[in-house]
Amino acid sequence: MVPHVVRVKKRRREAPQVYTLEIEAEADEQGLVPFRAGQFSMLTVFGVGEVPISISGDTAVSDRLIYTIRAVGPVSKALVELRPGDPLGLRGPFGRGWPMTEAEGKDVVVVAGGLGLAPLRPALYHLMAARERYGEIVLLYGTRSPDDIVFRRELERWRRRLDIDIEVTVDHALTAWHGHVGVVTTLIPRAAFDPEEAVALVCGPEVMMRFAIGALGDIGVAPAATYLSMERNMKCAVGLCGHCQFGAAFVCRDGPVFRFDRIRDLLKLKEV
Amino acid sequence: MESLEPILRSHRFFAGIDKAFSGLVIGCAKNVRFEAGQYLFKEGDDADRFYLIREGRIAIEVAVPGRGAITFLTLGEGEIVGVSWPIPPYRWMFSAKALDRVRAIAIDAKCLRQKCEDDHDLGYEMMKRFMPILIERLHATRMQMLDVYGSHD
Repeated sequence: MVPHVVRVKKRRREAPQVYTLEIEAEADEQGLVPFRAGQFSMLTVFGVGEVPISISGDTAVSDRLIYTIRAVGPVSKALVELRPGDPLGLRGPFGRGWPMTEAEGKDVVVVAGGLGLAPLRPALYHLMAARERYGEIVLLYGTRSPDDIVFRRELERWRRRLDIDIEVTVDHALTAWHGHVGVVTTLIPRAAFDPEEAVALVCGPEVMMRFAIGALGDIGVAPAATYLSMERNMKCAVGLCGHCQFGAAFVCRDGPVFRFDRIRDLLKLKEV
Repeated sequence: MESLEPILRSHRFFAGIDKAFSGLVIGCAKNVRFEAGQYLFKEGDDADRFYLIREGRIAIEVAVPGRGAITFLTLGEGEIVGVSWPIPPYRWMFSAKALDRVRAIAIDAKCLRQKCEDDHDLGYEMMKRFMPILIERLHATRMQMLDVYGSHD
């Protein structure tokens, strides 16, 4: 439960109020603990506080961890203010990640909204590194405006691949934007994958996920093949404190990735 | 010359339509083409036609003082541009601009409205095809209004 001290190696601006931090272990510390796609860490800014942040880097890279953070509260604002060389505390990784093994042999449709692309990026790295193990791979990414697109260079690079379909849409744009405009759910019926043989990975604001799950269900993606990453107020990260209780589950321990059919009734409740 | 009927019947909007109905609609239809940057229609104009897109992409825009034109929807092949034509006052609420070369079938709205008035079975068929599109766009608009990606701090 005691954080390891790590240091910021790189800091990069992704979008307004959104930054990516690359961290590395102190030279005299043990190396970083390997993580699975979809897991999160608890990051501490000393003297400010601790918050759960999804890991947005590549599981195959063992000497550094990458986090993409939106500055919304005191701790996340302090996190994005850190500069290379600054120390921070690290606990984790925690939680259950994306079902990368279960998805093998199937089409994979990844639906991301806003900063929800960050917890999905490790899954995308894995899908592309082990491309031969999966069927069609489709990424549908929606965000607020062209300025809010995260990982833009990477998206452009991935789009040049011929073995993955990527559609990016924004809710509204000035006329300089020539890409798709409209909500991300409208891309789902037009995407090229077999709904009956597909696994869907969904992450974004909860309202967007509910609409996305509805659209996926309309075309025949089974609830048991639909996974979503839930965001709750994780504190201890090991299922003891109860802050992130979600029905009978704890998001920190039993999630953050859940199979939709196991939590569908909870999603309809205003307060869980 | 290529008949419009097979083109019309193969468009997603008219998929599976009864031949008698498509024959009626054809009388109001013609092929059209727009170059990139050209407007299909502009906000405030009479909604005297709608378009079945065969090729190309269209931006639906609204002019916002001080910000210029804001695109809130793009449409492409297999989709419909223009949903104000069946409802008074038959006026476009937004502008539609071709983002690249667009090929479409334009349907004369006045002509089709009259045919729907004369034959309510055709009118009902058209409503059944239009309503899902209107509902889908209404849902999408509500989601955009929620601004779910905003930080809300």
